[in-house]
Amino acid sequence: MKAQVRPLGSRAVIAEVDDSAVVPDLAERLRDARSEGEFAAVEIVPAARTVMVSGLDRADRETVASLVSSWDLSAHEVATGPIVNLAVDFDGPDLADVASVWNMSAAEAVDTISSTHFEVAFCGFAPGFAYLSGLGEGRAVPRRSEPRTSVPAGSVGLAGPYAGVYPRSSPGGWQIVGTVRDAVLWDVDRTPPALLEPGTRVRFVP
Amino acid sequence: MIEVLDPGALLTVQDSGRHGYAHLGVSPSGACDPRAARVANLLVGNRVRDAVLETTLTGAVLRAHEGAVIAVTGAQADVFVGDVPAPRGRPVRLGAGQVLEVGAAISGMRNYIAVRGGVDVPAHLGSRATDTLSGLGSDPLRAGDRLEIGASAAAAQDLFAGPFAEPDRVPGPHEQVTLTLEPGPRADWIRDTGDLETRVFTASADSNRIGLRLTGPALAWAREGELASEGLVAGAVQVPPGGQPVIFLADHPTTGGYPVMGVLDAASLSLAAQVRPGQPVVLALAS
Repeated sequence: MKAQVRPLGSRAVIAEVDDSAVVPDLAERLRDARSEGEFAAVEIVPAARTVMVSGLDRADRETVASLVSSWDLSAHEVATGPIVNLAVDFDGPDLADVASVWNMSAAEAVDTISSTHFEVAFCGFAPGFAYLSGLGEGRAVPRRSEPRTSVPAGSVGLAGPYAGVYPRSSPGGWQIVGTVRDAVLWDVDRTPPALLEPGTRVRFVP
Repeated sequence: MIEVLDPGALLTVQDSGRHGYAHLGVSPSGACDPRAARVANLLVGNRVRDAVLETTLTGAVLRAHEGAVIAVTGAQADVFVGDVPAPRGRPVRLGAGQVLEVGAAISGMRNYIAVRGGVDVPAHLGSRATDTLSGLGSDPLRAGDRLEIGASAAAAQDLFAGPFAEPDRVPGPHEQVTLTLEPGPRADWIRDTGDLETRVFTASADSNRIGLRLTGPALAWAREGELASEGLVAGAVQVPPGGQPVIFLADHPTTGGYPVMGVLDAASLSLAAQVRPGQPVVLALAS
């Protein structure tokens, strides 16, 4: 699959693909090309169907555009990122709603989540907040119609086809199904500060 | 040591930003008006990434507990050392115990106060900037806070010899500001960009370090549907479904789910940081 390059002002570009499953390949190739010195960039930010590259001078914008358009991208067949197992209490207030969207019992919903192989597709919303892919569009759930003004740190939520863990207390509209035990998702004094980086594989263990 | 006597509406420590962590959800932060902060640092012989203080609309009052060389840039405001008027855009010597007062902004929004040696607060992820979105960096400053001054990196030099450029002119509070947009990734989502320059928006009082919010003639979407969230940069002009644009500033979220029609050029980004609530704003496409 080919990516399309769009301008984001004069110092950044957005490379876009039609299938979110090939975003990890696109992001990895861009990170590798930067490491090999093919261009200099400040940020490489994967998202749902795009990767943004910023801090480019004019020549490097051209380089990124021609590199990206030369690549034939594909979905990773075998995930290779580090594995993080998160112990979870499935005590979330929205577990019953999620189970009902999936047309199953709460116990079956817990089985579904804990048997899913998740991978960090991208981070955003807050430092260390990872969007975990793996459920697939068939298990997508709507956001809550009324976002909560405060979701506790460590809450495990679902929204759209993604799962996520709130690194700190914040407002949020995700369906909360549980709480992680003993995991610090974000610590600025740790290297790297985020427990879940793009590419990390994640399992929720009841 | 510098003591905050009055922080005004919002006084924060800022520098050139926290870069390289956007893929983990970390905003760049740093000075909203990068140009003014850079000039302030240069005037006192600092490196451009040294930390400065950023005021918001109502100025600030500080006391130097040791001799210091400072410079004030950004908004047009009256500056005093004790009772004596002091210039903006020049290095100014403060004696131990002297009080620096940066008055309320007459034109513009934000002043930058550089101290020779830089403001020394703990750095997080390589930056001392206060990120009001995520809480990284030190908290907004309060009366009574005391700030260490760093060791000056630059060799001794005559900072006062000049010549000095005139401080950048900041548009008056009711003067229309034109901001120039370079191409954005989703310009095709927005209808009627052909007459963009005839639409006069008003800067909203809801604006902050995250974004300058504009209200006015709605920019209608050319299509329906949802855009998946994608990466943002400072200066990105996002158009939510209601058609009221948001111009992202230093503390912007790393991704956003509404179409970005364009991105301010560097000069316009600094200018946007000086736009006051109620000020008329026009967006113009770069030719």
